[in-house]
Amino acid sequence: MAYADQDTGHHAGPDKFIWKYVWSQDHKVIAVQYGCTAIAVGILALVLSWLMRMQIGFPGSLEFIDPSAYYQYVTMHGMIMVIYLLTAFFLGGFGNYLIPLMCGARDMVFPFLNMLSYWFYLLSVLILLASYFVPGGPTGAGWTLYPPQSILQGTPGTDWGIILMLASLAVFIIAFTMGGLNYITTVLQARCRGLTLMRMPLTIWSIITATVLGLLAFPALFVSAIMLMFDRVLGTSFFMPYIVHMGQALETGGGSPVLFQHLFWFFGHPEVYIVALPAFGLVSDILSTHARKNIFGYRMMVWAILAIGGISFIVWAHHMYVSGMNLYLGYFFATTTLIIAIPTAIKVYNWTLTLWHGNIHLNTPMLFSIGFISTFLIGGLTGLFLGNVAVDIPLSDTYFVVAHFHMVMAIAPIMVVFAAIYHWYPKITGRMYNETLGVIHFWVTFVGTYLIYFPMHYLGFEGMPRRYYAYEGYEFISESAHSLNEFISVVAILVGVLQILFIINMLMSLKTGKLAGANPWNATTLEWQTPQTPPAHGNWGDELPVVYRWAYDYSVPGADEDFIPQNQPGELGDGREVGDDTGHSSGEGAPA
Amino acid sequence: MALAIVLILMVIGSVIFHFWSPWWFTELASNWGAMDTTILITFWVTGFVFIAVNLFIAYCVIKFRHRPDRTAAYEPENSKLEAWLTGLTGLGVIAMLTPGLIVYTDFINVPDDAVIIEAVGQQWQWSYRYPGLDGALGKADNRNVTFDNPLGIDPDDPWGQDDIVVTGAAAHIELDQPIKFNLRSKDVLHDFYVSQFRAKMDVVPGLVSYFWMTPTRLGSFEVMCAELCGVGHYNMRSEVVVDSREDYQAWLSQQTTFAESQGKPAPVGNLIERGAQLAQQHGCIACHSLDGNRGVGPSWKGMYGRTEQLADGSTVTADDAYLRESITDPGAKLVEGYPPVMAAYPMGSDDLDALVAYFKTL
Ligand code: HEM
Ligand SMILES: [Cu+2]
Ligand SMILES: [Cu+2]
Repeated sequence: MAYADQDTGHHAGPDKFIWKYVWSQDHKVIAVQYGCTAIAVGILALVLSWLMRMQIGFPGSLEFIDPSAYYQYVTMHGMIMVIYLLTAFFLGGFGNYLIPLMCGARDMVFPFLNMLSYWFYLLSVLILLASYFVPGGPTGAGWTLYPPQSILQGTPGTDWGIILMLASLAVFIIAFTMGGLNYITTVLQARCRGLTLMRMPLTIWSIITATVLGLLAFPALFVSAIMLMFDRVLGTSFFMPYIVHMGQALETGGGSPVLFQHLFWFFGHPEVYIVALPAFGLVSDILSTHARKNIFGYRMMVWAILAIGGISFIVWAHHMYVSGMNLYLGYFFATTTLIIAIPTAIKVYNWTLTLWHGNIHLNTPMLFSIGFISTFLIGGLTGLFLGNVAVDIPLSDTYFVVAHFHMVMAIAPIMVVFAAIYHWYPKITGRMYNETLGVIHFWVTFVGTYLIYFPMHYLGFEGMPRRYYAYEGYEFISESAHSLNEFISVVAILVGVLQILFIINMLMSLKTGKLAGANPWNATTLEWQTPQTPPAHGNWGDELPVVYRWAYDYSVPGADEDFIPQNQPGELGDGREVGDDTGHSSGEGAPA
Repeated sequence: MALAIVLILMVIGSVIFHFWSPWWFTELASNWGAMDTTILITFWVTGFVFIAVNLFIAYCVIKFRHRPDRTAAYEPENSKLEAWLTGLTGLGVIAMLTPGLIVYTDFINVPDDAVIIEAVGQQWQWSYRYPGLDGALGKADNRNVTFDNPLGIDPDDPWGQDDIVVTGAAAHIELDQPIKFNLRSKDVLHDFYVSQFRAKMDVVPGLVSYFWMTPTRLGSFEVMCAELCGVGHYNMRSEVVVDSREDYQAWLSQQTTFAESQGKPAPVGNLIERGAQLAQQHGCIACHSLDGNRGVGPSWKGMYGRTEQLADGSTVTADDAYLRESITDPGAKLVEGYPPVMAAYPMGSDDLDALVAYFKTL
């Protein structure tokens, strides 16, 4: 389908509330539905982290936290944060909102499928939450769900919790697949005239690459979930060797627990990038806009995204250096893992070089974006420890790992979620958020998370293992480590509670925020050039936009203003370089 | 501006914290000092980048902060700079990867003179097996596991008869003697982990994994489990004692062989001591505390004679009959609030007497 086929008539949209806001097929409404649902479960996961921190910092102070409960918190917290919050938010939320707008399309190409995607996502969330109401409660197998432990007594939630978890993941993957096919088709088929691939904002490049990763990686999780379900329900032995469990011989045999880990991490590592890549893209565009400067090294950034996406499929076993797999594999996976650091480092350099000679507006989105660079930097650098097999051996499964992955795939992406929400809030709602509250929210979050996670690495150096309900009576763990844990817990709970500032800001500004206008940031990309703000159903009024230049014509010498929107013709900036105002010159991939 | 100051303070603070931090590697007790060295190399390379990038951002924030009269530069790319940065990063990666892989080569090549010791994990206890006088471990398989043969040693394999089995007690190893730990699991994943040894490895049912190390320091070291294995994971403790050659030989000669342990009558002695020993040997303490703290199972402190609230709503007094039943058939009456995870221990009447006698003293 090409741009010309897009139905210009249907942008009027439905009037009835229920069709407009509930059973909506408008990508913008679906995006908000995705976002709000993700935040709602995210709050649950946040509360669970407080409970864990209470137990770690002040063991025994809360009567109801017994070992089973603790492991259930760990598991639900991890799974919700990674899958149901971040994956859903970046792809279902930002992907949905921004792809059609940034591509100059009226909507996703399959709006009905898009709507179904959200409802399946909601269903998966409900199935997950249902595990709190079944006998035995949710599973406590850790978010990695490693068998045999995850399906044997001795782990909480082996009656129903694990079944619901696996079912919920399967439904989530179906939801993601419906959304993902849509995103890819839309980007490939529905870009407006002139928007060649190499003119696309990095947001689109990264979301689309993450979607491709998801479509290739989630099936591995899907099959492992189904196989594990069979092992649990039908008594098959895909992952079950001969086991003597609690003194009883089980009727299992011949399966391999390591096979599950390979399948899980074949999904699990790309999953890290499914979360990280969209964050990379969004932050690139936000940095560029608020530094009033083109993103540095755009082509290199695109290649880096693609390289990271590709290599991310051949590094998975760096999570398995001490899993008992063949030890010679360590050479291969250590090498690929350290190679992937190079494109990742290039991205970090290019973000900082975007600031260089910029004209930096330190508003809330920009603060969070810089906060992202700083936290991602730590997380990326500590990844070089864990990726290098000989270094990983002493550190694996310690708090060093907990600190590393929180920095790299929890805190850094969350920084971008906040940056992006603040940045696009005026477009989504038509009103500005409250800047003062936003800045306070940034300081609390940035400084707080630093205080939580920076010292935590050192607990890992000391050898404190992760996923421990209690550390009492271990002599090698110093007295002061327990005090540090108290400190971390206090800060964590404080930072968590103060996220209320964000919620208040979002809700209050809906009513009282200043009207934003169409393009409050003087940004170049298409979503800021819509005829109405918030954009109406169909986005573009009667005529689709035409793109004449790349997404980063900021501060072009000789231009009247410090930005030239993508849909503005002219010789200056990139418009001059391509020389063909429909962009057909670059050939490949351009809609014809 | 505040941002630049905070970034600079953060860098300074992190460096100070690093040097001041009381939290650092535990004192090394094995040959794997090289692992510490690779960590330190990685530390310096990455630490340099951490400082440089953060300070660079701080500099940009100060220097290029928005002013009404400022215009940003228009500089889409700079291939030369990008090539330089890529090259330097590549060098940094090589500087970390090379020593890493050299150490790793050491790690996967077990020296020929290494002595094999087997560590077996089960929920939530470690056991050990030593080759006896013949210097080789006999065949073992979970299929052979019985109550009296907890490690599943093949009863028909002559090599296994002299194997030494240690359950519920510390493993002893000899100073400066390379050891290859062979790891087996009876049930789920575990990970044999001693912080001071650095090396660790998962313990996987269905296969034998291994790692090797040479102890370099006398003393006693805590063994823990580093792979989530259920509710008792955090309390799956054991101990490795590094002995001098003489002490090690003395200890070894006191251990019973597999053949001796089969069908040998239970040693008689003080009933209470025997009970304590049984509790130790079967790993009961992983779940039942002696000091009243909450564990996976109810604490044994003051348990005898106390009234237990059961999951089905009824109550029961913890008398001899109840306690004996709870050991041989723990599923029969479950205490409210605890998961049904205890195995049945089909012990003989003498052993049960000993345990109950022991409970009374707690
Ligand atoms: C301030 C916010 C957060 C706090 C205080 C926090 C705290 C914790 C704690 C205490 C644990 C358990 C560590 C252990 O016992 O091993 C944990 C595990 C985990 N967290 Fe967070 N967390 C936060 C945010 C996040 C976010 C945003 C993510 C999203 C990726 C995340 C992902 C995970 C994962 C994947 C695990 C591992 C679960 C497992 O071991 O199975 N966390 N977190
Ligand atoms: Cu990975
Ligand atoms: Cu464990």
